[in-house]
Amino acid sequence: MAPRVDALYAYLIGVSIVFIALIAATLLYFVIRFRARKGNERAPQIEGSLALEALWSIVPFVIAMTMFVWGAKVYFAMARPPDNAMDVFVVAKQWMWKIQHVEGNREIDELHVPVNQPVKLTMTSEDVIHSFYVPAFRVKADVLPDRYTTLWFQATKPGTYHLFCAEYCGTEHSRMVGKVIVMEPTDYQDWLKYSAGAGEKKTASAADLGRVVFEKQGCGTCHRADNGPLQAAVASSLIGPPLKGLYGSTVELADGSKTEADETYIRESITDPMSRIVRGYPPKMPTYRGRVSQEKLLQLITYIKTLATNGTNGSSTDSGQAEPKDDAARS
Amino acid sequence: MGTQKSIDYLNVDYGIRSWLLTLDHKRIALLYLISITVMFALGGIFAMLIRLELLTPAGDLVQSDTYNKLFTMHGIIMIFFFLVPSIPSVFGNFLLPLMIGARDLAFPKLNLLSWYVYVLGAIFTLWAMVSGGVDTGWTFYTPYSTTASTTNVIPTAIGVFVTGFSSILTGVNFIATIHRMRAPGLTWFRLPLFVWALYATSLIMVLGTPVLAITILLVGLERAFHIGIFDPALGGDPLLFQHLFWFYSHPAVYIMILPSMGVVSEVISCFAKKRIFGYNFIAASSLAIALFGFLVWGHHMFVSGESVYAAMVFSVLSFAVAVPSAVKVFNWAATLYKGTIELSAPMLYSLGFIGLFTVGGLTGLFLAALGLDVHVHDTYFVVAHFHYIMVGGAIMGYMAAMHFWWPKVTGRMYSQLWAKISALTIFLGFNLTFFPQFVLGYLGMPRRYHTYPPEFQVLNVLSTAGASILALGYLIPLIYLIYSLRNGERAPANPWKATGLEWTVPSPPPPENFDVIPVVDEEPYAYPDLEVQSA
Repeated sequence: MAPRVDALYAYLIGVSIVFIALIAATLLYFVIRFRARKGNERAPQIEGSLALEALWSIVPFVIAMTMFVWGAKVYFAMARPPDNAMDVFVVAKQWMWKIQHVEGNREIDELHVPVNQPVKLTMTSEDVIHSFYVPAFRVKADVLPDRYTTLWFQATKPGTYHLFCAEYCGTEHSRMVGKVIVMEPTDYQDWLKYSAGAGEKKTASAADLGRVVFEKQGCGTCHRADNGPLQAAVASSLIGPPLKGLYGSTVELADGSKTEADETYIRESITDPMSRIVRGYPPKMPTYRGRVSQEKLLQLITYIKTLATNGTNGSSTDSGQAEPKDDAARS
Repeated sequence: MGTQKSIDYLNVDYGIRSWLLTLDHKRIALLYLISITVMFALGGIFAMLIRLELLTPAGDLVQSDTYNKLFTMHGIIMIFFFLVPSIPSVFGNFLLPLMIGARDLAFPKLNLLSWYVYVLGAIFTLWAMVSGGVDTGWTFYTPYSTTASTTNVIPTAIGVFVTGFSSILTGVNFIATIHRMRAPGLTWFRLPLFVWALYATSLIMVLGTPVLAITILLVGLERAFHIGIFDPALGGDPLLFQHLFWFYSHPAVYIMILPSMGVVSEVISCFAKKRIFGYNFIAASSLAIALFGFLVWGHHMFVSGESVYAAMVFSVLSFAVAVPSAVKVFNWAATLYKGTIELSAPMLYSLGFIGLFTVGGLTGLFLAALGLDVHVHDTYFVVAHFHYIMVGGAIMGYMAAMHFWWPKVTGRMYSQLWAKISALTIFLGFNLTFFPQFVLGYLGMPRRYHTYPPEFQVLNVLSTAGASILALGYLIPLIYLIYSLRNGERAPANPWKATGLEWTVPSPPPPENFDVIPVVDEEPYAYPDLEVQSA
């Protein structure tokens, strides 16, 4: 994205220099050429010129519109992550960046990514508004509490780049900085395997961790995560919509409207379940706001996302995690 | 007239009550002048402390909390207590009745009340600062301001809230005065352009300021009583705050700049001895700016999470605002064509205004361009841009007004030489302070940073060096203007040979302005014509 932003920048710099030179030269020339001298106390009184007014309204307007179109195109590209983008989750809090990779690696104030790979960040804040800013990539997005914002970039050169918080967030705002470390893909794979980064040791993938949250919170009491055979008693207790195939699908709501089940929708259904009720289901779900941390919520959503793509059983992994029967784990 | 001393608004009474209870718009203007000068000095001291801290990358002069309070208080004081009232409350107050041939504003008591309201707001805010300060930034972004900050948010908010009413009262007063008090024959299109600018400014004050008051009130309610409005933890929406805040605060930029544009129109025309080029277009562009100014607030939120389509609308409208601003600049330049130009101090300040405002306006395009704003938003690029508009533009205009109408206000002439030296010092100091900040911003230095990576140091040192020159530039006028009060040459009624009714009365004007209300039978800026002379 950096070359596209820089090209736009160069265009605006060029236009600015032309206008500044034009205005400065005109003023300077007039001031010298028409300076007051003895005997010329009077000036010819000129009222104005419609043609000139039209000229210097229309020309700037047209130039401004080219800037608008160009700027909007770049902005659109920034807002649309490519389909093959790699997911990374960011949770901001005063005054640190907590990063979680899909593979389960976690780090603080550092983000390791492979080079030449689009990376899509899904971000939220635990407290006030922050802003994720990597000047070298020319990208920035505010990180808000209780909401997901996204940002994507594709690094083209291995190296270490500044990560800044760009939205004022209190005492240590200027120290809420970190590094984006861009690596060769093979180095990145090594890093994923052997390094736990600055955070805790890698135990399981984000989806696996999400499944643990799913079980601990007892989500399965009401929501089916698979489509295997069920006992009648269990089936009758399932009063929430099934989650298999949910992500990316279109959901019909009780008020007849339709919505796409993206991260934001799933998140809202967990923290504010009454806001959008799925058609045909009773509005019975309690809120999980405050009961699940932002990071666990992201893990849970990652788990639900895997239910969309995997085979017959929602439990996608071969890890040795506890099976969903463990009712005692409910909180 | 012999030795008989004429009565003017200054020597008519010397008692303290005659000042504190005055209903004379000219005296109220001076009350404002003294108050805002004190606030400007205070805001300037905060600015110097900020620049000194940024001399080194480490946070070594003050602690982070102190630094955060410094830039917050610098912003709040400079915007709400200096820039917004500056030209309207001082020169608008003083000149509006004189320019339209009236003996006072429509509501003299309301005018005095507006000053007391301003002082009350200032006292609240100063008390909040003395008793611990506030660290939210002048933007009061939620939920930081309502939940996280532990500083004096509510007293500061009350101060800003109260002062807002001073703006509203002034705005209402000006609108009523311009509609109802014009001298016979002074039609709308014979009004000086400064009056048009004040009219447009007053409209924004009256329509925009209540929204700020509501917003600040809601911040106070959420902070004090945990009523969920902006904080998501209480069920609120933090972006709602940003929408409400910028709905006022973007037009507020035009409150600050429009009066300066009015001043420049007067000064350029006078020192070219030429009628203003494209009078109708300059007048209409003031109104267009006031109108469009209300429709572009979302350009402060391109990276806040607002929808892509909303962002596009705000972007295109922001580009549209560029047109009336450009029209003004071109008309001023055209006014100089074939004039007889005298580079007096007010003229130097006005030319400085045009140059710096042009840079500020053009860099505004960078911020309106969506894909580019993403990178420079909340960096020093933005800081540089709005200082070019507000300091390079608004304060240059204020200084131009000060030097243009000083003889009328005080009855004394000041030293042209020193005034020219100060104009050049301010121009150079200003550019050295703020131009490096554009570069810093594009390199990625975020604003409101107490500490910063070492590679940004050189540019910061340049900026701080510039700030010290700029400070000097503001101190020099304080000395020669005060000196002129006793020792300056006595000013004639019309030292610049300017047009306009304010120059037809003695300097300083008598308490009632006009013995006989004038009848206006000519166009504005009716400077003597070359053709008539040679005919």
